[in-house]
Amino acid sequence: MVRFENVGLRYGLGPEVLRDLTFRIEPHSFQFLTGPSGAGKTSLLRLLFLSLRPTRGLITLFDHDVATLDKDSLAVLRRRIGIVFQDFRLLDHMTTYENVALPLRVLGREEETYRDEVEELLHWVGLGERMAALPPVLSGGEKQRAAIARAVIARPQLLLADEPTGNVDPNLAKRLLRLFIELNKSGTSVVIATHDIGLMDQYDARRLVLHEGRIHVYD
Amino acid sequence: MSMTDPGPAAGTSRLASLFALVRRRPRETPIVPRTSIAASALIAVVAIMTFLASLTTGAVVLVRGAASDWQSDVSREVTIQVRPMAGRDLEVDVVRAVEIARSAPGVTAVRAQDKAESARLLEPWLGSGLSLDSLPVPRLIVIQVTPGRPPDFAALRARLAAEVPSASLDDHRGFSRRLRAMADTVVGIGLAILALVMAATVLSVVFATRGAMATNRPTVEVLHFIGAKDAYVAGQFMRHFLFLGLQGGAIGGGAAVLMFLVLGLIGGRLFGLGGSDAAALFGGVSLGIGGYMILLLQVALVGAVTAFTSRRVVAATLKAVS
Repeated sequence: MVRFENVGLRYGLGPEVLRDLTFRIEPHSFQFLTGPSGAGKTSLLRLLFLSLRPTRGLITLFDHDVATLDKDSLAVLRRRIGIVFQDFRLLDHMTTYENVALPLRVLGREEETYRDEVEELLHWVGLGERMAALPPVLSGGEKQRAAIARAVIARPQLLLADEPTGNVDPNLAKRLLRLFIELNKSGTSVVIATHDIGLMDQYDARRLVLHEGRIHVYD
Repeated sequence: MSMTDPGPAAGTSRLASLFALVRRRPRETPIVPRTSIAASALIAVVAIMTFLASLTTGAVVLVRGAASDWQSDVSREVTIQVRPMAGRDLEVDVVRAVEIARSAPGVTAVRAQDKAESARLLEPWLGSGLSLDSLPVPRLIVIQVTPGRPPDFAALRARLAAEVPSASLDDHRGFSRRLRAMADTVVGIGLAILALVMAATVLSVVFATRGAMATNRPTVEVLHFIGAKDAYVAGQFMRHFLFLGLQGGAIGGGAAVLMFLVLGLIGGRLFGLGGSDAAALFGGVSLGIGGYMILLLQVALVGAVTAFTSRRVVAATLKAVS
């Protein structure tokens, strides 16, 4: 599904923040991406969701060499990836329901075809009563769940989450982790970037550890 | 590399996808927020520009209409002037000139003005009660011609010169030419002003679009991350600016239409145009159905120009970002 071979990344003329990354993410797999702050987790996630291009090496995503893809093709590829941002990135002028439905709207689907789907998912993540609320009035945990719902509504093949439990209490963190595990069981590959050891200890999964720009894989 | 696009745009025409973008979906919140201070300012700018453009267009329509009326009046009528000449009988010459004029194809009516009418024409200069018998006053013959199929003026002129040397034909061509030149100049100036107003509108939209893109950068990023193509993002901005342009255009165009309607109703009284020389010259300030239709089309044009300008700016900006 995802293949990195000797991938390196530098910003401008600075030092390489990621060096010689070689690893794979298999279909239906579950992994934590961890490492100390500043180790390059967010940069690696940005490479994975195609918002950055590597300065060297080869990245293959869904059997496509990303270096050869044009902008529109990258957009089409991104539709197969769900992303949960650390800062949620919800659109403040749209309701929770509309934020979650946005990926389907971008796909050009009519609202009648996805309304039940979106409402069902919102109930599942515990936001059934908050569908009409605007993001500025949601709590941190509610925003987090709305961001996760938006990332999974289009049934992505790969889900990337950047510190998805960073703003929630341990109970909610547990519920969110269960949500990710359920998604993984239904066929989605999951990469959770976190430095929450407690969260990782709750589920026995592969760990990708970034340290000083290099990756160490613990299967 | 070819990739499968699961979106609906695949296989549909560009026009159809554009239509899909601007089509009204009442329950959906616009992806680009509709209300902002910048949006209100742009609506005001577009309204002012459309108002100015509509005034200019209205003026051009009025001048063109008046010039066309003058020209058709002038081209429907020509005159023969018969001057008194030593050794010739003026009355006989007038009768002969009328006969020649009547025999020319394309002439619908010929009428020689009598002495009394000539006296009335000279009255403003010579005063009333004057006997013209002692003065060598020329006589006019008014000829009505078929509009669009006038007689052969050169042949008529040559025949008059041969048979009635004291007669000269005036087909008003010089006056008509000057009239057309004046009308064309006014129309040209009007079009130049319209072009300037449109250019100013386009520039305003360019700056407003850049501002809107900067303000909505997080929205653009989110759209990209969830797989929106540049065309989709540009389409959302185009939709946003189309509504702003139409709102501004409707306000400005509506104000101009209202102004012309009011002027049409009270203009005669207000400016003393009714029955005066000015009314004869300008024909009043009524635009007519055609003129109002042009103003409405102009509102639609302003909306379209606003939308497509913003789309181009967004597309160029996204291309530069990539």
